[in-house]
Amino acid sequence: MRINGQEVDASVGASESLLVLLREGLGLPGSKNACEQGECGSCTVILDGRAICSCLVMAADAEGAEITTVEGVADGDTLHAVQTAMIEGGGVQCGFCTPGIVVAAAHLFESNPVPTADEIKEALSGNICRCTGYSAILRSLESMVPR
Amino acid sequence: MDIDRPADLTAALQALEQVPDATLLAGGTDLMVEVNFGHRRPEHIIALRRVEELAELNGTIGSGVTWARLEGGPYKALAQAARTVGSPQIRAAGTIGGNLGTASPAGDGLPFLAALDATIELRSASRARRLPIDEFITGVKRTAIEPGELIHSVILPEEIPERQEFGKVGMRNAMVISTVMACVMRYDDGRTRVALGSVATTPLRARRAEEMISAQATPSEADLTEFQRLVSEEVRPITDHRSTESYRRHASGVLARRLLERCLS
Repeated sequence: MRINGQEVDASVGASESLLVLLREGLGLPGSKNACEQGECGSCTVILDGRAICSCLVMAADAEGAEITTVEGVADGDTLHAVQTAMIEGGGVQCGFCTPGIVVAAAHLFESNPVPTADEIKEALSGNICRCTGYSAILRSLESMVPR
Repeated sequence: MDIDRPADLTAALQALEQVPDATLLAGGTDLMVEVNFGHRRPEHIIALRRVEELAELNGTIGSGVTWARLEGGPYKALAQAARTVGSPQIRAAGTIGGNLGTASPAGDGLPFLAALDATIELRSASRARRLPIDEFITGVKRTAIEPGELIHSVILPEEIPERQEFGKVGMRNAMVISTVMACVMRYDDGRTRVALGSVATTPLRARRAEEMISAQATPSEADLTEFQRLVSEEVRPITDHRSTESYRRHASGVLARRLLERCLS
């Protein structure tokens, strides 16, 4: 498979999830492991152009896929606009949900560069944050939309 | 664990012929939860996401069509149901075939299929067979699928009413498994269908309510009230961790009536 632009050859454990492979097999711990049932979104990655929960992908079924994790969202040292907006708007508290939100939001802005407030909320409806009450995250992302 | 990753339907059916009791994997949104929690240890997986023939949405609905595609698809009430499934991440992965294969009483796509008396096409290496949905789903998480078979597609009748509505009652908007859900359809000649989910072991058609309201060309307030009462009477809900029997019974009637009113307006 191809992860963050690099060809990766991995051997995977029986019925192991892509999330476990990323974190434990490939040294990419940015995708977080919380619920392991697709409820929290903290393990969100882009797989063949779709934002999905990596905990629900069987690693062995990701063969040949093109994957972007949170580690691959920035362009080298240049942060993605979503990352900059989250930092400047204080859209981060404990940080655990942040990688999943960054990936989901980056995916949103790539397919819809001028989302409405409701579209941002809906795009993040699969990402749970237990600290912020979401307001600071939504404000940060809304600041990216030209008025 | 072995895994087959067939690239087309022929290869998938051949793999299934070799290992008839293999575990079929599509979007993974049900299966991987069980695997992650150690409830299942599949020995042989056949992964279907590369099989393009199963992802066709053209007159029939391929089993591999995702909720994300159905959200923008041609069937209004199914699109409404698709939009209530999980979250964008779940809808990008989960498929209607998975909904059928899992056959949960809370499967969001099932009331729409039950309302239309949809037919499920099963394929094995040696044959194709078609079952009406009420014969395909036989109980809670039980189906008539046999070893060596996979769900190929859903076939809808030629006549599909334009007036169709889906609604779901739950604790919040996103990431919610329904307490009650319903799909109501009204044909131009008055025939009305009401299918409900999460209120019985399998998708339930409220036949007496259907018969009563179908005979009314322009239902009065009293007809609507009677329709609501009949739906509440016909459902067979239980009390569990998501709701109570009495609330589900009440909400079934209210929801079905509201959807019917939308169809009539």
